Amino acid sequence: MSTTSYNSNPILRAWYDKETRSVIVQVIAMAIILAFFAYVINNAVINMANLGKDISFSFLWQPASYDINQTLIEYSSRSSHFDAMIVGLINTLLIAAAGIVLSTIVGFILGVMRLSNNWLTQKIAYVYIEFVRNVPVLLHILLIHGFIIYSLPRPKQAINMGDTFFLNNRGLQMPSADFQPLFWAVTATFVIGLSFAIWYRRYAKKLQDTTGKISPVWTISFIAVIVAPLAIYFLLGSPIEWDVPALKGFNFKGGMVIRPEFIALWLALSLYTAAFIGENVRAGIMAVSHGQTEAAHALGVSSSRTLRLVVIPQALRVIIPPLNSQYLNLTKNSSLAIAIGYMDVVATIGGISLNQTGREMECMLIVMAIYLILSLLISAVMNWFNDRIRLVER
Amino acid sequence: MKLINKVFTGLAMTAMAAGVAQASTLEDVKAAGELKCVVSTGVAGFAAPNADGVWEGFDVDFCRAVAAAVLHDANAVKFVPTTGKTRFTTLASGEGDILFRNTTETLSRDVDLKLTFLPVNYYDGQGFLVPASLGVTSAVELDGASVCIQTGTTTELNLADFFRTNNISYEPVAIETNEEGLTNYVAGRCDVYTTDVSGLAATRSKLDNPADHVVLPDVISKEPLGGAVRHGDDQWADIGKWVVNALIAAEEMGVNSKNVKNLASSAEGKLPAINRLTGAEGEMGAMLGLSSDWAVQAISAVGNYGEIFERNIGVNTPVGLSRGVNAQWKDGGILYAAPIR
Repeated sequence: MSTTSYNSNPILRAWYDKETRSVIVQVIAMAIILAFFAYVINNAVINMANLGKDISFSFLWQPASYDINQTLIEYSSRSSHFDAMIVGLINTLLIAAAGIVLSTIVGFILGVMRLSNNWLTQKIAYVYIEFVRNVPVLLHILLIHGFIIYSLPRPKQAINMGDTFFLNNRGLQMPSADFQPLFWAVTATFVIGLSFAIWYRRYAKKLQDTTGKISPVWTISFIAVIVAPLAIYFLLGSPIEWDVPALKGFNFKGGMVIRPEFIALWLALSLYTAAFIGENVRAGIMAVSHGQTEAAHALGVSSSRTLRLVVIPQALRVIIPPLNSQYLNLTKNSSLAIAIGYMDVVATIGGISLNQTGREMECMLIVMAIYLILSLLISAVMNWFNDRIRLVER
Repeated sequence: MKLINKVFTGLAMTAMAAGVAQASTLEDVKAAGELKCVVSTGVAGFAAPNADGVWEGFDVDFCRAVAAAVLHDANAVKFVPTTGKTRFTTLASGEGDILFRNTTETLSRDVDLKLTFLPVNYYDGQGFLVPASLGVTSAVELDGASVCIQTGTTTELNLADFFRTNNISYEPVAIETNEEGLTNYVAGRCDVYTTDVSGLAATRSKLDNPADHVVLPDVISKEPLGGAVRHGDDQWADIGKWVVNALIAAEEMGVNSKNVKNLASSAEGKLPAINRLTGAEGEMGAMLGLSSDWAVQAISAVGNYGEIFERNIGVNTPVGLSRGVNAQWKDGGILYAAPIR
């Protein structure tokens, strides 16, 4: 960089230097941002003091005094606000995880359909994507929830599926598993099978690298992971007791239930996000030049292997970064849950607890911190994955 | 969306709270020429816009009475609709000057949320609305039922306590707004809808066939509903308090919207208590920082307590509530206004 001095004044000289100038500008910008936040925080603290309010998190250990319908951990109205927050957080994690899985599957299918040579298939995906992504997600949530609670029958007229599954507008009632002592054998078989499958996969790759021989990896893995544990399970005389739901009074008792609120939120978030992911996938696949496919075919590689080993690994490099944003959007959009009464972290600590305790500032800080941490975690995982599939330059 | 809403409320609170703490609310309201009144997003009979978009209802009339007493114009009110969750933040941030929103007076709200409650204007309690076809006659028969609740109220706590102490189970379905709660109830997602009995009567009046639904006789809590203002401005709290008292006292003394202006020439005009109310005697208005005819303005604008009740939620309205405990103490109720003296 040029270090020619135009002036004897050291400050001006520093300013005329491109590198020094950029440092100065960055320092000033940072100082302004910090000053702004300091002012806002200070102002908030002073104003809360003027209103006679302090910032205290001790309310977290008081009894919450309200009930939550979907609790994956032990919780009652005698539990603390902190427990209510954890219950809400787990519900948020559940919807985010389930949503990410379904939206990815549907999104990939949509993306491939969009590129199909079949006119009908291609247009169906096109119309779906254009309709779904141009309607706000809150409307999807309310629409699907309304559809479920209005169109499905009430508990007494529930759709009976073999006396074990019951579908009605209170959700899908299904048997819950009560594991008997002998069940450990099944779990052990599964773990051993999984380890074997992983080892075999590596072995098969090495074998192919050295001899060019292709082994039936998928069949062997399937037998090790699925068939073997099932065989052990039936051999031991099915060591699971099923708690089957039965209609009693107003509702079904026993078993477990997937509530309409969960189903509606899950479907709405997944189908909405899938429309965006579909476009990402299409962009990714189109970014791989057709010459790659032709080259693979010329080498005698089969079509399915071309897709799996040539096209997709290269397409993923384009797909993963925007996919990360879609996962973050899905997770944050799950905060719309309260509209239909799904008890996520916003509905518990950021909703009922906030209202009962009147600690708006504290509750909102907690909710913001939770979403920030969740988003950073998702980003970290996706960045790690992105690094793994990155083009290795030699 | 709610989150964004709350963040903005928080920012607004940050920006405005300094002003709130220092200046007098009365001066602010006079300077603005309008009263910002925090009401609900729509509860039939209590606060809801009519077909012409004009706000009407029991709570709305109390807002109008305060505006009439302070600004001599019952229409100088800006209604700020809030959900159960946002109401106190809205009031605390200065986006509202006074709150009339079916709000239960409790210790923690009074002390910890820094509110000053005005006299109770409706004595209520939490009840249950069920379809008549269920054949339920008492709330203790509701074992295993799904119960729809509007969040952001004292309702969740009463409900949890009631079911726990009676050793019966239930599935709570907590919904953000009254409308969405009603949708869930109508669709049969819940067997029961619960909120204050007055709210249930209002909700029932909006159903297609109100006769198919019954409010169970069990009342599981005490819900004294009243207006509220922020802590720290006693003059403004006094104004709210005595406007409510004046409306209740007016009914007790037989003063109503029709006769209040002609009292001076009638026989009742000789009674000192009535003269103090109308400002013909004493300095009541000046003590409050208002004009001497403050109560006359309020009563002529919306009527006395009885008129407000009958017009909005009385037996001849779709809501159809009887006075019950909300009758004057002379008539066997518990409405008892402190004397204006």
